[in-house]
Amino acid sequence: MRDFWKRYCRNRGALIGLLILTLVILIAILAPLLFPQSPWKMVQRPFLPPFSQGDLLLGTDAVGRDVMAGLAHGAYVSLLVGLVSTIVALAIGVPIGASAGYFAGRVDDALMRFTEFFQTIPSFALAIVLLATFQPSLTFVIIAIAIVSWPPVARLVRGEVLSLRTREFIEAATLSGLGNLQIITRHILPNALPPIIVLASLMVAQAILLESSLSFLGLGDPNIMSWGYMIGAARTVIREQWWLSFIPGMAILLTVLALNLIGEGLNDALNPRLTRKSK
Amino acid sequence: MTRFILGRLVKSVFILLAILILNFFLIHAAPGDPAAVMAGEAGAADEKFLADLRAQFGLDQPLYVQLWIYLKGAVQLDLGFSFRQQMPVADLIWNRLPATLLLTGAAFVLSLVLGVIAGVAASARQGTWGDTVISTLALLFYATPLFWVALMAVVVFSVWLGWLPGFGFETIGAGYTGFARALDIGRHLILPATTLGLFFMAIYTRMTRASMLEVSRLDFVKTARAKGLRHGVIQRRHVLRNALLPVITLAGLQAGQVFGGAVLTETVFAWPGIGRLMFEAINQRDYNVILGVFFVSAAMVLLFNLITDVIYVFVDPRIRLTE
Amino acid sequence: MSLLSIRDLTIALPEGADRDHAARDISFDLAPGEILCIVGESGSGKSMSANAVMGLLPEGVTPVSGRIDFDGRDILGLSEKEMLALRGSRISMIFQEPLSALNPLMRIGAQIEEVFEAHGALSGAERHEQALRLLTEVGIPDPQVTIRAYPFQLSGGQRQRVMIAMALALEPDILIADEPTTALDVTTQAQILELIENLRRKRNMAVIFITHDFGVVADIADRVIVMQTGEIVETGSADEVLLHPQHPYTNALIEAIPRLTGDHSGGRGDTGEPVLSVEGLCKTFSTGSGKFFGKRRVVDAVQDASFHLYKGETIGIVGESGSGKSTLGRCIVRLLAPSKGRVLLEGEDIAHMPGAELRERRRRIQMIFQDPFSSLNPRSRVSRILTEGPIAYGATPGDARKRAGELLELVGLDASAMSRFPHEFSGGQRQRIGIARALALDPAIVIADEAVSALDVSIQAQVLDLLADLKARLNLSMLFITHDLRVAARICDRIIVMQKGRIIETGPADKVLRDPDTDYTRSLLDAIPGQDYERALAGAG
Repeated sequence: MRDFWKRYCRNRGALIGLLILTLVILIAILAPLLFPQSPWKMVQRPFLPPFSQGDLLLGTDAVGRDVMAGLAHGAYVSLLVGLVSTIVALAIGVPIGASAGYFAGRVDDALMRFTEFFQTIPSFALAIVLLATFQPSLTFVIIAIAIVSWPPVARLVRGEVLSLRTREFIEAATLSGLGNLQIITRHILPNALPPIIVLASLMVAQAILLESSLSFLGLGDPNIMSWGYMIGAARTVIREQWWLSFIPGMAILLTVLALNLIGEGLNDALNPRLTRKSK
Repeated sequence: MTRFILGRLVKSVFILLAILILNFFLIHAAPGDPAAVMAGEAGAADEKFLADLRAQFGLDQPLYVQLWIYLKGAVQLDLGFSFRQQMPVADLIWNRLPATLLLTGAAFVLSLVLGVIAGVAASARQGTWGDTVISTLALLFYATPLFWVALMAVVVFSVWLGWLPGFGFETIGAGYTGFARALDIGRHLILPATTLGLFFMAIYTRMTRASMLEVSRLDFVKTARAKGLRHGVIQRRHVLRNALLPVITLAGLQAGQVFGGAVLTETVFAWPGIGRLMFEAINQRDYNVILGVFFVSAAMVLLFNLITDVIYVFVDPRIRLTE
Repeated sequence: MSLLSIRDLTIALPEGADRDHAARDISFDLAPGEILCIVGESGSGKSMSANAVMGLLPEGVTPVSGRIDFDGRDILGLSEKEMLALRGSRISMIFQEPLSALNPLMRIGAQIEEVFEAHGALSGAERHEQALRLLTEVGIPDPQVTIRAYPFQLSGGQRQRVMIAMALALEPDILIADEPTTALDVTTQAQILELIENLRRKRNMAVIFITHDFGVVADIADRVIVMQTGEIVETGSADEVLLHPQHPYTNALIEAIPRLTGDHSGGRGDTGEPVLSVEGLCKTFSTGSGKFFGKRRVVDAVQDASFHLYKGETIGIVGESGSGKSTLGRCIVRLLAPSKGRVLLEGEDIAHMPGAELRERRRRIQMIFQDPFSSLNPRSRVSRILTEGPIAYGATPGDARKRAGELLELVGLDASAMSRFPHEFSGGQRQRIGIARALALDPAIVIADEAVSALDVSIQAQVLDLLADLKARLNLSMLFITHDLRVAARICDRIIVMQKGRIIETGPADKVLRDPDTDYTRSLLDAIPGQDYERALAGAG
C-alpha cells in the first residue's frame, strides 16, 4: 500500500488530478449547506455578470438564478451519475466478461456476440432513444449511461480472464480441488483488478461527459440542476452572455480532466512493470 | 479474405435486424398506446391518423404478427411516417444524410490523419517538451465536452473574430453554384468538422503514441537496427506500420462515437444533417424519427466498420492469408 | 592478429537494477574465422557484452569504460553514422526468438533485400537475386516460394535460417549469435549448428556464439569464455575449458549438465497393479467455430495413447514441440477433456467422470508446472498457496498450516517462507514451492510438465535431485514430461517417445536411450549436442 502511494505520487499530474477531484467532491457535499436554497430559485435580475456582486460570485443566468449555486448542485449530480452509472456498468460488464473468458466455447461465443452488438450500435444514439422512450429521470439517465458503457468492461475483463485462465497457477488451483466460483473470485479477479480499476476511473469521466451531453440536448431529469443543462439553457444567449456556457463547461472539463489524470496515476501505480524500462 | 469480408457482411445484416427488433420492442415498452407513441407524444395526431397507424401495423393482432409487419416494412426502407413533419421518415433522413456523411467523413479523416501524425511526433520526442505539449493537449481535448468546444469555437472564431460562419450548411440566399458553392460549404464545414474531429484526434494521438513506443521495443526493431538501417527508415517501415494496427482497430470501434458526436455538433452549428434531425425530433417528441435516425446511424457505423475491416485486411497479411 | 579486441569493458546498468554492472572488466580477442562461445547462466552478462559490440544495448545500459577495437578503431568512440555502416555489413547479429525477430507485416524477401538497401549495395533486381541465392545457401527448401512468404507462414527453424541469410547478406567479418538455438527443437538445433559451422568454414567468418548449453559449446566452440555475474571467470581453448576446467564455477556448471550416459537401474516397473492406466486416449482440438464462413480446422493432438504407470515408477514422456506430450499430461489430470479413451486412476476411469466425483479422485494425481513465474499466483502468500488445496478437501486451517510447514522443510525451504509472496523467491525456489503444493494433497502420482526446462542448469540439477529424492522417500509414481532427453535420462525408469500425437516407442530408459527401435528416436538422440564431449568426459573420468 505504501509502495502504491509512492508510485502514484511520482506522477505529478495524478496528484493535481486528485487535488481537483477532492475540491469538486467537497463542493458537491457542501452544496446543500453553502446554497440551502433551490438552485432553480430566482435570486436577482437576469444576466448579472460574474464578480459584479459580492454574494453572487458568478452572477446570474437568463432567469436570474445563481450560477454558483447551480454549479455546486451540478457537481453533486455529475459525480453521482458518474459514480453510480460506472458501478452499474461494472456490475453488468464484469460478470459477463468473466464468464465469457472463463467458460470459453459456446458461452463465450454467445456473450461476445451480445457484447459486440451493444458495442457496434452508436452508444450515444442508443442513450437518446432509451431516454426518449422512457421518462427522463435521474434513475433512467443513470441506467441509460450504464447500458451504453458496459461493453468495454466486458471486453477488458474477458481478455484479462482469458490470459489468466491459461496461466499455470489457475490450473494448479483447479487441481487443488477449488470450485469455479472460488477460482474466479480468489485467483482470477484479484489479478484482473488493476486494469479494471484504471478503466473504471476513466469510465466515471466518460459518464460525466455523457450525462452533460444528454442534459445539453434536454434529455436530463427536468427537476435536477446539472452542468450540461446549464450550458444548454445558455446556448441561445451564447453571443452576448458567453460566460454562462463557459463557466459550467470549465467545471466539466476540470472534473473530467482530474479523473483522467487519476486514471493515469493509477495505471502507473498498479502496473509498475509497464512503466519501468524494459530489461 | 473474401470469406472474412463476407462473414463481416452477414454479421452486419444480423446486427441491423437485431436493432429493428430492439426498436420494435421499445415502441411497445414505451408508456402508452403504441400508435400514439409512433405518432409522437404531443397528442397532435388526430384520431384518423391513429386509426390508420393501428391498421397499418396490425396493432390489434398478436405481437409476432406485428413484428413481422414492422420488419417487412423496414426492409423495404419504410421507417414510418412523421406526423409532425408530414413526411415519410425515410425521406426526411435521406434528405439530411449527405450533410451528415460529409461532416462525419471529414471529421473522421481529419482526426485520423492529424492524430497519427501528432502521435508519431510525440513518440519520436518521448520525454521532451514537444512530447509534453502534444500529450497535454491530447489529454485536454479528450476531457472536454464536445458541445462545449463547439460553442466556444462559435464564440471565438465566428462572433469575436468573424473569421468563419458559425452556423448552417451554406450561405442562405447567396445563390452560389459550382465551385463557389463548394467553397462556401467548405467554409461552413471547417468549424463543425474541426470541433467534432478534435475529440477523436486526441484519442488517436494517445493511441498512436503508446503503440509506437510499444512496437519500438519489439525484437524485430532490434533486427532492423542490426541491419544498419537508418532510424527514419526503421520508424517508418517497421514501427509505424505495426503500430497502426491497433489504431485502425480502435478507429473502427470509435465509428459509432463519431455519430454520437455528430448529434451534438450538428445541434450547435445548425448543420442540417440527421443528427440535427434527431435533436429536433427529441424536442418535438417525434418518436418515429428518433428510431429511424437511430437505425440509419447504426447502418452508417456498420459501413464505417466494414471499411476499417477492409483496411485492416490489407495491412495485415496474417488475416489476408489465413482466413 | 585479432579481428576484434575488447579490453577492460565495463557496462553499467541503470539505477534500481539488482546490481551496478551488466559486465565488468571484460577483455577478450576474436581471431578471423574462429568460433568463440560465451557461456553463462541467466544474468551472467553474456548477452550484454555481445550487444555492446553491435552498439545495440538497451536504453539506460551504457559502456562506461574500456574499449572495443575493430578494424583499428574503437567502436565505442564511433558516431551513430559510422556504427550504421558497420552494422549488418561488417558485423551481423541473430537472435534467440526467430518469430519476434522478423517483422510480421513484411515479406521475407523484402526483409532480406533491405540489408542491401541499407548499405546502398546492388540494384533492385540484383538484390532480389541475391536474396534468393542466400535463401538457397542457408538451406530453405523452396526459396522461390519462401521469398514471397510472410514470417508467420514459416516454421521456427526456417525463420532462424532466414535470420542467418539476412545476417550473411553482406559477408560480414563477424557474426554474433545470441542463443540462436534455444527456442528450437533439438533436431532443428542440430541443423542450425551445422549450418553455422559450415558457413563459418566456407566464408572464414568469425562467430561469437552466446549460449547457456555446454553441449552446444562442446560441439561448436574453438574457444570458450565462461561468465558469472558480469565477470569472465575462465577463458581458454574449448578442450582446456571443457576437459580441464580451472575455476570452481566452470566445474560446477559442467558437473550439473544432465548426461545421457549413466545409471538407469530401471528394473522397478511391472510389479503388481498399475496405479495409472491410459487406454486409447485421444484428444482432438478444433479451432474456428465453423459458423459464418470461418474455416474449421481440426488437430489431432493426441491419438490412441496407451500405457501403464506402476507404483514408484517414473515414466518420461519425451517429444519435440507439437508432439502432444503436454496435451497428454493435461488430459490425464482432466485439465483438458479427453475426446476418447479411458484414464484408470487406481482402477477408476476418470476420463469422463463428472465434476464432484472427479474432484474426489483428482487429489490423488497432482501436477508440477513448467514456468516458475506463472505457476504461482503473484497475489497469494506461500501459506495460502500451500494450504488452499487441503482446506478445499476438508482439512482444518491449523492442520493445513502445520503440514505446509513440514512440506517447505521437505523441499528444502525455510518455514519463514510461509508469509512471503512468490516474487520474493528465485526461480528455483519457486519451483520448490510448486513441488510442495503438488505434494500437499498426498498424491499417488505426480505429473511434472517440463518442470525444470525454465531453470538454469545448476538449479535444474538441484531440482532434479530433489524430485528423485522425494519420489524414493514418498514412493511416488511420476510422469515426467520433457523435451530434453538428457533430463529424462537422469530421472526416468521408462521412456515414452511421442511424435505428432502418437506414442511411437516405449521401453526401459536404458534401452530407449542406447538402442532405440525407431529411426525417429535415433534422430532425436543423434541431435543431442555435446555427445562426443560426454564420451570424452566419461573416458577421462
